[in-house]
Amino acid sequence: MGLRRGHRARPGEWIIEKLIQAVGLSTIGLMVLILVFVGREALPVLMGRINTALVQPILPSKEIDSIPRDDLRSYLELSRSQFEGMDREMLMAMMEAREEGFRDIPESFRADPDSTVNTADWRQLLLPRQWTGYTRPEFVWQPVGTIHKYNLVPLLVGSLKVTLVGLLFAVPLSLGAALYVSQLAPVRVREWVKPTIELLAGIPSVVLGVFCLLVLSGLLQSLFGYQFRLNALVAGIGLGLTAVPLIFTIAEDSFTGVPRGYVQASLALGASPWQAAWQVVLPSAMPGVVAAMILGFGRCLGETMVVLMASGNASMLSWSLFDSTRSMTATIAAEMAEAVSGGGHYRMLFLLGTLLFAISFVTHLIGGRIVRRLRRRLGGVA
Amino acid sequence: MARLLPCRHTTGRGLQPALSEFKGIVIGFVRVLCLWGWMGLVGRVLAGEITVKGSDTLVVLAQRWAETYMAGHPGTRIQVTGGGTGTGFAALQNQTTDICTASRRLKARELETCIRTFRKRPAEHAVAMDGLSVYVNPSNPIRELSLEDLREVFTGRITNWKDLGGPDAPITLYSRESSSGTYEFFKERVLSGRDFAPTMQTLQGTAQVIQAVGQDRLGIGYGGAAYGSGAKTLGIARTRGGMAVEPNEKTVHSGEYPVSRYLYCYVNPSTDRPEIANFLGWIRGPEGQSLVRDVGYYPLPVRRD
Repeated sequence: MGLRRGHRARPGEWIIEKLIQAVGLSTIGLMVLILVFVGREALPVLMGRINTALVQPILPSKEIDSIPRDDLRSYLELSRSQFEGMDREMLMAMMEAREEGFRDIPESFRADPDSTVNTADWRQLLLPRQWTGYTRPEFVWQPVGTIHKYNLVPLLVGSLKVTLVGLLFAVPLSLGAALYVSQLAPVRVREWVKPTIELLAGIPSVVLGVFCLLVLSGLLQSLFGYQFRLNALVAGIGLGLTAVPLIFTIAEDSFTGVPRGYVQASLALGASPWQAAWQVVLPSAMPGVVAAMILGFGRCLGETMVVLMASGNASMLSWSLFDSTRSMTATIAAEMAEAVSGGGHYRMLFLLGTLLFAISFVTHLIGGRIVRRLRRRLGGVA
Repeated sequence: MARLLPCRHTTGRGLQPALSEFKGIVIGFVRVLCLWGWMGLVGRVLAGEITVKGSDTLVVLAQRWAETYMAGHPGTRIQVTGGGTGTGFAALQNQTTDICTASRRLKARELETCIRTFRKRPAEHAVAMDGLSVYVNPSNPIRELSLEDLREVFTGRITNWKDLGGPDAPITLYSRESSSGTYEFFKERVLSGRDFAPTMQTLQGTAQVIQAVGQDRLGIGYGGAAYGSGAKTLGIARTRGGMAVEPNEKTVHSGEYPVSRYLYCYVNPSTDRPEIANFLGWIRGPEGQSLVRDVGYYPLPVRRD
């Protein structure tokens, strides 16, 4: 009770506590807002309400007076209030714009069977299709042009490919470094190595991107002699570099958090420092290590600048590390500026954003489960 | 992270000065915000500010225009930003820019949105011409290609230089990002609307394309005329076996060079002010057009009517 009374006597503390609480809760609010905003733009695609076929029925502007008003409104995709605020002249101008758009379609495309396909349909988004001019069914992401092709598969594969390369590069490196620094290194070395690695986190990803683009790409090409100078390997290593400090810091924390007694006990039983680190510290710090890897995965998946600069951005579907690749994040960054807002391409980019969110959400969910299970097993409950 | 912050056991009293400091910061922050907003407002209201936004292809030229124009007209302030043609149109629609520079014409969809927001069509002004150049590495023996060859190469049907009379080696394709007007124009004019090969790498900006082609012995890329140094520019023939034409002012004006286009400025008709009309008139006049040549594009053909 005495504590409580003290609390009331200090209004300053109370205010600060409430402020901190508000800040904490506002992050959740922000998260929800972001999700709602991104999801709202992508929703029409998910509900199948978007039709991006090239050739669509045209109502002639000459017959404007004989068209029922509701038909006209839905034809021009106007909301009720927008429609009310428009006079005949404006509606006429909009109908003429529609007709002009139709006239601009090249003759060769009007007869093309592709031109009546709704390219925002889920089948075109996920399955291969043999478009005119192709020799076999293919996954095509070419959102700009006469017929907009929005197949998401090359981008999904591209994102996962560079992320995996990034993790393959970063995880062994940073776990090794963390184990060394926390268990094996002499104090003097530790005091140098730890801040240096953590300093890596301060390098902006643009700088890493330039480094990959100008230095690393040429070096690796002369080493391996492949055709594409910018490819998944270069971008993946760049991504790895951004993830190393993150994984290192968390892993090192969890290694240090292992009770000293474990190590001392194993040393007393005759284990070498290496055996103690590898067979005692690493397994008992496993929950932290898994958490570090999941955060690293999220970092790699979400990183944009490095991939944009170093991956070559070719939207080809291939699992080869030496092929140029296009990730979802780079696609959003590169194409958002030009997408007609509210159009099919614009919504597709938001769909990509939602997908990125979904992937990292599921990964965190699974990761959380693994961490909990590991903890339970280490606690001896299992 | 927690270990970076030393754990201090603070008593309640110790927090009082911290609180007042916090209040001070908040009040100061609010004041700065107010001042900032106010300054922005006054800045816009004071006559003579023109904002220009849009195409990255045109951003250097627009900056040169703005600098020279401001030097001669001290009452006018012009702000130029890039971001892409689509960004410019979006800004024109929400009325956050006065002039939108564009490397392509307004699309039907964008035209509709414009009519919806400002009740009229935006006014279109051609301001310069551009000949799209095709670049290869300087060590490449090939000097010219036909439009048909280019189509086959960029759609991925020809993948080896030996089919074009070069060495037996694969072709690496470089392109601008799909958000650029240049990409779209090339796709429409050279590929007749067909898809680019999926192996084509897309880079940010023409300067990067040229840098990549300059480094890659087997590379081929395209971009605006203004950046054409550091890699070899190819001559282009309309048909196979036809006469190849280098891009220059004469061939672009006469239409002999097959891949040339106009560059545009769009203006919102309802916010049109005399300053904007003067600026656009100056751009299209002799002074503005001579700057076009300095930057490396081609001036508008002189009308003979």
